[in-house]
Amino acid sequence: MTGSSFNADDLAQFKQTFFDECAELLADLEERLAAMQEETADSEALNAIFRAVHSIKAGAGAFGFTQLVQFAHRFEALLDRMRDGLVEQSERVADILVRAGDILACLVEASQSEQDLGENYGSEVCDEIDLLLAEIDGLESVLTSDEGNSVDTVVSEGPQEDQKNTVCTFLIEFAPKAELFRHANEPLFLIRELQGLGQVETECSLERLPALGSMEPEDAYLSWNLTLTTDKPEEDVREVFEFVEDDCDLKISAVQPEDVTHGSLSFHILDDVPETGDEDKSPGESDAEVLVAAKPATEPAAVVANVPVNAQKTSAAAPKAKATATPAQSTGVSSIRVDLDRVDRLVNVVGELVIAQSMQAQETEDRQGGHDFLINQANEDMSRIVREIQECVMAIRMQPVKSVFSRMPRLVREVSSKLNKQVRLLTEGEQTEVDKTVIEELADPLTHMIRNAIDHGIESPEEREGAGKKAAGAIKLLARHAGGNIIIQVIDNGSGINKDALLKKAISKGIVAEDAKLSDEEIEELIFAPGFSTAQAVTDVSGRGVGMDVVRRNINKLGGRISVQSVQGKGTCFTLTIPLSLAVLDGMLVAIGSEKYILPLASIVESFRPLDEQLRALAGGGEVVSMRGEYIRLIRAHHLFNVPGAVTDPCQGLVVVTETANGGKVGLLVDELIGQQQVVIKSIQENFDPVLGVSGATILGNGRVALILDIEQLKSMPVSADTWKPSSPEQSEASPANGDEAQIIAPEKMTDTEGMQVPATV
Amino acid sequence: MAKKVLTVDDSKTMRDMVRFTLSGAGFDVVEAEDGVQALSVLGTTSVDLIITDINMPNMDGVTLVRQVRGGSSHRGVPILVLTTEGGDAKKADGKAAGATGWIVKPFTPDKLVQVVNKVCP
Amino acid sequence: MNDHVESPEQEEISGEPSSAQNGNFHQFISFKVGNEEFAIDIMAVREIKGWTETAPLPNQPDYNLGVLNLRGTIVPTFDLGCRFGMGRTETTPYHVFIIATVQERTIGLLVDAVSDILTVNDDQIRPVPDMERMTAAEFLSGIITVEESMVVLLSLEKLFHTGDLANAAEIAA
Repeated sequence: MTGSSFNADDLAQFKQTFFDECAELLADLEERLAAMQEETADSEALNAIFRAVHSIKAGAGAFGFTQLVQFAHRFEALLDRMRDGLVEQSERVADILVRAGDILACLVEASQSEQDLGENYGSEVCDEIDLLLAEIDGLESVLTSDEGNSVDTVVSEGPQEDQKNTVCTFLIEFAPKAELFRHANEPLFLIRELQGLGQVETECSLERLPALGSMEPEDAYLSWNLTLTTDKPEEDVREVFEFVEDDCDLKISAVQPEDVTHGSLSFHILDDVPETGDEDKSPGESDAEVLVAAKPATEPAAVVANVPVNAQKTSAAAPKAKATATPAQSTGVSSIRVDLDRVDRLVNVVGELVIAQSMQAQETEDRQGGHDFLINQANEDMSRIVREIQECVMAIRMQPVKSVFSRMPRLVREVSSKLNKQVRLLTEGEQTEVDKTVIEELADPLTHMIRNAIDHGIESPEEREGAGKKAAGAIKLLARHAGGNIIIQVIDNGSGINKDALLKKAISKGIVAEDAKLSDEEIEELIFAPGFSTAQAVTDVSGRGVGMDVVRRNINKLGGRISVQSVQGKGTCFTLTIPLSLAVLDGMLVAIGSEKYILPLASIVESFRPLDEQLRALAGGGEVVSMRGEYIRLIRAHHLFNVPGAVTDPCQGLVVVTETANGGKVGLLVDELIGQQQVVIKSIQENFDPVLGVSGATILGNGRVALILDIEQLKSMPVSADTWKPSSPEQSEASPANGDEAQIIAPEKMTDTEGMQVPATV
Repeated sequence: MAKKVLTVDDSKTMRDMVRFTLSGAGFDVVEAEDGVQALSVLGTTSVDLIITDINMPNMDGVTLVRQVRGGSSHRGVPILVLTTEGGDAKKADGKAAGATGWIVKPFTPDKLVQVVNKVCP
Repeated sequence: MNDHVESPEQEEISGEPSSAQNGNFHQFISFKVGNEEFAIDIMAVREIKGWTETAPLPNQPDYNLGVLNLRGTIVPTFDLGCRFGMGRTETTPYHVFIIATVQERTIGLLVDAVSDILTVNDDQIRPVPDMERMTAAEFLSGIITVEESMVVLLSLEKLFHTGDLANAAEIAA
């Protein structure tokens, strides 16, 4: 069942995943390293760079790409020292990093194409890294660093030959401490593990056992004296206790067999533990009944775990579908046109099917207590099929972004000729698929951003040549999938954002206070501020009042985010992250009092339970919570929404930190996180007026409705809930009718507080 | 019923390999990309073992271990942290946070199954 | 009451004398809220749904009960008793929602019980008496008498007019 290594097909598939992942990581790495050329990377950026290199190394190790592992290890060592602040970021270091990044990319490529770049490839950079590290760590530490180990790979490791030792007996005194249990280790398992090495005799000592009354339930009182007779060396015996070394008193001593004396109080605790002489045995194999039950149950679960993978593969699957459709073309039926309404109806009905199915599964499980294997099986099958149907249906609405991208070359030609600029447009990932409704909403923002890029980003040919660049600028339009999102980037190699000019302008417009200290990122963020246009003069092309703020608003409406990165003199990169479909949302179900709400997962940064000293009330009713030195506004949803029974003390609840559209953070107080789930978005406005703080609703597995919270709106709601509680119906604009009308019907029930008095006449 | 393992790693390659290996050995495997996701999975699913990477965005492995041990639903569940060779400091961090044990990357399928069986037979 | 329950079609066929007057017939669904009997045009009613839990919408008037799931559609619900100033209804599983369509919106009305289907000739509908300061009572479209007791006809269009939509949108923006 488990070979010593993966079979060729699986390995090839993992390799493909690995290289796909590498491509993403390298792209990110390159971007971040390039940014470091200009400005000091913060710890978050350094961590991200480290993680990228680390992930590549770990994967490379698994596939035995020795050279790649070795190089990544060097690279990682340097980054690690940087993270620890031992290496200062200097021009020299930035240069080494960029070159190391290039070499890493080449090594990945070489590994993929099974090319040999030669043993010494990249050695120059390695030497420089070593030199740098030597300056800090001292030379020896580099030379004696653990790189020898790092070369170990799955392939080179191979099955270990059992050294035929002479049979020996070990006396093991093993007294677990409470920590051992706290770390979820289990003495029984360890003893079982020992049995794998040889003959074990166990003696349990109850010496430390106190009187029942003074027993701490989580403390450890038992200890064991074990006698192991084995032909394995002492290291193997010690390895069994590897994880618990520090959590127990352990004494292992080798004795001559005849020396062993058994205690009179032998307590054969292992009598009921099945013999597992063979370590390779999988769990459950020792018990045929369990195996039967376990096997089929595994498969549907694995399929469920696969769902996100499949979703990402949609685009990959589509060309395949087309390919198979091609031969059919001769018969004239390769595709049919379907009215979008029909597809929408199908999407809706399938959404209901998913809910109905999960309700049914829940109900049958509740009724038969989950014991009926056949029903469980049927439910799991059903759930898998229903999800598959849902994916298929969603896929119908998916279209490649090509339909929008293809409009851009003309736009570039038009705009650039009007401005007398030379611009090349490159596109990548045109086949990336996204929901049709999203595509329609993409055209405007993209048009605007490309116009902007040509107008404000790309310089005139003369300026470019003066700056030592090619006369023709380039704009790259790039699309790819990442999780449940599509990422679209508009990258130009123009002049970049002039941060000084931007800041000056923001100050002159009163958007920023004169003495404000802004980070580079915050300055870049300013281009999304309302009514902001950076053009020197209002031009014919952009700068007509429609700014990036409108673009951001449109992207936010799609549930997406936009960010900008710019390096002055080198170019600008806008990144849009938009959900693949407007119909589904990856959400986090949270409880606030008696109610359950959905928070969009994409906006959640983290959650934590604050300590009292992390909380601070501000004058004027606001509250902040500090998180690693950062002050975040605390929003009490239960207060804004008047939910009874909610946790009001943040130290008892959870603060969910969410990112808002302008990149800021707010903390939302909730009772607890219930779990992550993909939800089908339903509109409230189909049948009702907009509700402040709520962007929509969804139907949970139990058929109940949960509201989807709108963080942006929550943020803008006044702190005091009283101002939002309509005191009488007529004051509430959103109320369907006026209050005084109502009182005529039941005048005897009329109260003075309800305002106008109306004579009772009905 | 098959034991359920949660594998937490930002690298899909690693998750795939863990999932493949362990489902081949009869485990149910669920995945999460980082600590935050892992916690949300744990909020809805009950698992018998957690295998987590250390270096991850949003919430790293050590924090995850601490959160799980500090929580109520999975405080007694064994947690293995994935470390690279020579990562003794990481092992110690993980251990201090409450991890049950560790697996050194890169690992063979055999080694993974062996270690998993050690803490979650 | 039985006289009123028959559909117009049946009456045309049977030509029963009791309701043979010329004129248009209308059908209403009558229901109880508290001790009073109301009725709404049957054409507006989509279905009657047993009581189900609703998810409260934040910052709404008391009579807004929140939304329920009607086979995948989110439907706002209103407590008619509360709307008429009788205070929030203490719901039991015996309460029902009348799911109705008003100006293309689907809404749920919480009532104590559905009583009957009334078939009424137009001239059986008495106008609401002219009352001082009664301009606001537009949503009472008439009164009919059924077995000695009075049933008030409601105009849902007027009860749930959506003219305030623009205002609501402004608040939300």
